[in-house]
Amino acid sequence: MNNIELIFPEIFISLSIMFLLILGVFKKDSSKIIHNISLLVLLITAVITFNETLSINPTTLFNESIIIDYLSSFMKIITLLAAFVVLLISSNYLRTFKIFKIEYPILILSSVLGMMIMISSNDLIVFYMGLELQSLALYVLATFNRDQLKSSEAGLKYFVLSALSSGLLLYGCSLIYGFTGSTNFNVISTQFNTNEYAITFGIVFILVGLAFKISAVPFHMWAPDVYEGSPTSVTLFFTMVPKIAALTVFIRFLFVPFLNLIDQWQMILVFLSIASMLFGAIAAIGQKNLKRLIAYSSISHIGYALAGLATGSNEGIQSSVIYMTIYIIMNLGFFSCLLMMKRNNIYYEQIDDLSGLSKNHPLLSISLLIILFSLAGIPPLAGFFAKFYIFKSVIEQSMYFLAIVGLLSTVVAAFYYLRIIKIMYFDEEKDSYDKDHNLWLKLSLTVSTILILMYFIFPSELIDVVSKINII
Amino acid sequence: MTEIGLGHYLTLGAVIFSIGVIGIFLNRKNIIVILMSIELILLAVNINLVSFSIYLGDLTGQVFTLFILTVAAAEAAIGLAIIVVYYRNAGTIRVEEIDKLKG
Repeated sequence: MNNIELIFPEIFISLSIMFLLILGVFKKDSSKIIHNISLLVLLITAVITFNETLSINPTTLFNESIIIDYLSSFMKIITLLAAFVVLLISSNYLRTFKIFKIEYPILILSSVLGMMIMISSNDLIVFYMGLELQSLALYVLATFNRDQLKSSEAGLKYFVLSALSSGLLLYGCSLIYGFTGSTNFNVISTQFNTNEYAITFGIVFILVGLAFKISAVPFHMWAPDVYEGSPTSVTLFFTMVPKIAALTVFIRFLFVPFLNLIDQWQMILVFLSIASMLFGAIAAIGQKNLKRLIAYSSISHIGYALAGLATGSNEGIQSSVIYMTIYIIMNLGFFSCLLMMKRNNIYYEQIDDLSGLSKNHPLLSISLLIILFSLAGIPPLAGFFAKFYIFKSVIEQSMYFLAIVGLLSTVVAAFYYLRIIKIMYFDEEKDSYDKDHNLWLKLSLTVSTILILMYFIFPSELIDVVSKINII
Repeated sequence: MTEIGLGHYLTLGAVIFSIGVIGIFLNRKNIIVILMSIELILLAVNINLVSFSIYLGDLTGQVFTLFILTVAAAEAAIGLAIIVVYYRNAGTIRVEEIDKLKG
């Protein structure tokens, strides 16, 4: 078998999942040790991916059903690192709710495995299997705090809507298979007849399914409920990691087989992007719960990432990838703050709970201030540059309407970010929160804040890395 | 007598698919019905894939169908488990009463 070493990351992570399951069965009280081993597994997998696959030319495996190229390796490393940080900072939260169990890290590992398969899929069957592997793990993660009504309701809603979206996506797959005679992306691109109606139908169905997964408007209705109901550490996972994988599939699916049909899918992407940006900005204004607010904010951020893809150019893809990377760092910072709002073993998640935070916790509130400014896109923070690259590539394709709507929704979105800052700095102070935080939580907040703050000094580092992504 | 061809099978698939989707949105009573609608959608896809596979003389579609059947079983199992967990907490599985999260 040629090039089998290129899927060593996937093989390693699946063997580790089986090993950890057996370990969990035979060893009593092993949740702590399994948590630590899972962290190690994620780190080792990231290192293997970095060493083995990052520098090679695009290679396909298993009758071209899996593709390993620069995009897949980069996205896999981001996925693995994000999952690593989520696992690292969630242990205290899980202990508080008494859900520090062996299943949690194992479910995260299996959903990460599913995402890695999705990211490097070059075939509809492989893509579907990866998607289901990650979704099945995510249903259980959303329900993880199973004695709580909210968490089980979140899991139920996520299950129903996600299963529906998988069904729509599969119907699209069946149409595309029927009218091109193959499930392989490369073969599809040579086979199809541009005048065929059914192909357009198939693309629309698959786009709807994918839009559900990344919660783009008008398929966003599950996101606020699920984000609010799930345990906070799971919400953190939801806001970042599945979106990386789904966005990669968006890129692969649209730009490899269907680049010639760009006139037909470009309009859909522009619509999804405009609707997400506007709706995410407007609907977040009335929210009182921080997790709900971040759900709407993530909807609007996905809109910007889709705007990059809608340009249909290589620069657009690169700018979306940069956007997602920076968005993940900002989200990590925000959720680290959220996980620090704890008093006597109760976690607070309303916006009012932030009032007067600056008096008791000056450092925490200055980091939150930086993160919120960056989410709003205020220069010279990283969030500004992320939006700047997107708008640059959009304007280069002379899609002015998209750029104008994007800028306007940034202004609207700035309102609710600034409102949080106002509450933090100028409202009446409340009791102070606990200060004995986990070292890793502090570290992740510090690192993400510094990255956001210092990005403008070394912007070329990230751009150099991302500019090697060549799809078209 | 007309011969039954690809078009008939595709129509059957499309009809079952629509029944499934409509079942999810119109259903106001019971979550189990939603679970059944999801199964209907997946079965419609399977009918499509198998008939395409026979029409094209290509086995890939049938292999895909087998994968979908397996995944559908796993999905139904997890879905039922989640419903049981929900029922323990809420004491009901009526769709219109699942409204604790909103805003």
